[in-house]
Amino acid sequence: MNPNHIDIPELIDQLADRLKALIAERKLTNPLLIGIRTGGVWIAERLHQKLQIQEPLGLLDISFYRDDFSQIGMNPKVKPSQLPPQLEGRDIILVDDVFYTGRTIRAALNEIFDYGRPNQVVLAVLIKRDGKQIPIAPDCVGMRIELNPGQRIKLTGPEPLGVHVELVKGAA
Amino acid sequence: MAGNLQLTSEGKLKHFLTIEGLDKALLTEILDMAESFASMSDQQVKKVPILRGKTIVNLFFENSTRTRTTFELAAKRLSADVLSINIATSATSKGESLLDTIRNLESMFVDMFVVRHALSGAAHFIAQQVAPHISVINAGDGQHAHPTQAMLDMFTIRQLKNDFAPLKVAIIGDILHSRVARSEIIALNTLGVAEVRVIAPKTLLPAHVETLGVKVFHNLNEGLKDVDVVMMLRLQKERMSSALLPSESEYFKCFGLTEEKLKIAKPDAIVMHPGPINRGVEIDSKVADGPQSVILKQVSNGIAVRMAVMAMAMQPQGASL
Repeated sequence: MNPNHIDIPELIDQLADRLKALIAERKLTNPLLIGIRTGGVWIAERLHQKLQIQEPLGLLDISFYRDDFSQIGMNPKVKPSQLPPQLEGRDIILVDDVFYTGRTIRAALNEIFDYGRPNQVVLAVLIKRDGKQIPIAPDCVGMRIELNPGQRIKLTGPEPLGVHVELVKGAA
Repeated sequence: MAGNLQLTSEGKLKHFLTIEGLDKALLTEILDMAESFASMSDQQVKKVPILRGKTIVNLFFENSTRTRTTFELAAKRLSADVLSINIATSATSKGESLLDTIRNLESMFVDMFVVRHALSGAAHFIAQQVAPHISVINAGDGQHAHPTQAMLDMFTIRQLKNDFAPLKVAIIGDILHSRVARSEIIALNTLGVAEVRVIAPKTLLPAHVETLGVKVFHNLNEGLKDVDVVMMLRLQKERMSSALLPSESEYFKCFGLTEEKLKIAKPDAIVMHPGPINRGVEIDSKVADGPQSVILKQVSNGIAVRMAVMAMAMQPQGASL
């Protein structure tokens, strides 16, 4: 399938339906939706609306928790995370655009746990591509895709949302 | 030039020794990064892992409470291991030279020195001598510079006034002995405030101070008119070798900030002081503890700003995201 022809609104509808089923199955009560900056926030905003969640959307910037500071340094565009001060005992739906190696989610979980000990965390992603490097996996996926190692899939937005496959800089 | 020594070949911060030679974009990057670190105070665990495994040494050759503790807290919140060395009880007092102290600490695999010294240029000297992977942060050198104090004050001003462009800022008191004043003036002008004023008796102003880009006033009533930010300085009696002032009470009468005098500034003016404050010498208690005072906010902001500077200086060379 050509990723450039993905119908994203359709895909988000599917993800929202699956997430609804997951919320029922896992008995998530009053779940808090948290989007990972930047692409994850765009997806989370749409899910927030479709699932009619009352509580404001949480925003997570994982820059300070990345595992590659000693290789590549800090993202100069880091913004403050915006989470409710009390995450203790909460049910959390973490949302990202693309799941790849799993490292972003590890960083996100570390940050969330520094705000308190949640009851349950589930992970919803729009696209899961192959290539995970650590034992973390999403609970709810819009679509799965296989790419060559030198390729990268990127969400553009916020309006309209688009998906592009590009070559990683420096890759042959 | 200090300006070049501070930056990597890609223009990133390597050492933080003085505001001089740093452009508006870099100062703004420090403030933006500090804003993200400030939001960490909402976390139950007030710690991020980015400097895990790094060792930072606080090397204070001069006394300090606020600066040393906020540097120490900042390093700990970045997950670095931090040592604070009290030089008064260290080998330096047994005659060890500064360079030998540095070489010994380097052999303990230190990654960063935070230096305060009574001599101007001390941090700069150390930055020239250390191994290439080590960063040096100036926590105040003689009468030269105190760049993190200036940046935490810029952060506090931006937090409360949003925009630098329309602001009139008055710095009042002992400009002559103040490394803070020098750093503040350069930072304010780099960030583009409308006007920087200095208000002081002639004996407490350095020669040619106007070349730093300030308007000089010798009268508090005139100088405070239409001011948005009032920055008070401590009278540094310990650095005064000759009789520069008739008496403290005389100084307070002319240049001390009282509620009455503060009314001359804009009604929403904020009052700042880098501490420690001498109540009744340069500032009245009613003003220091009053609603327009942001003195304790400055202290809190010092942690976030020092975290930002430390994290930026410790980034790997050649890194780009």
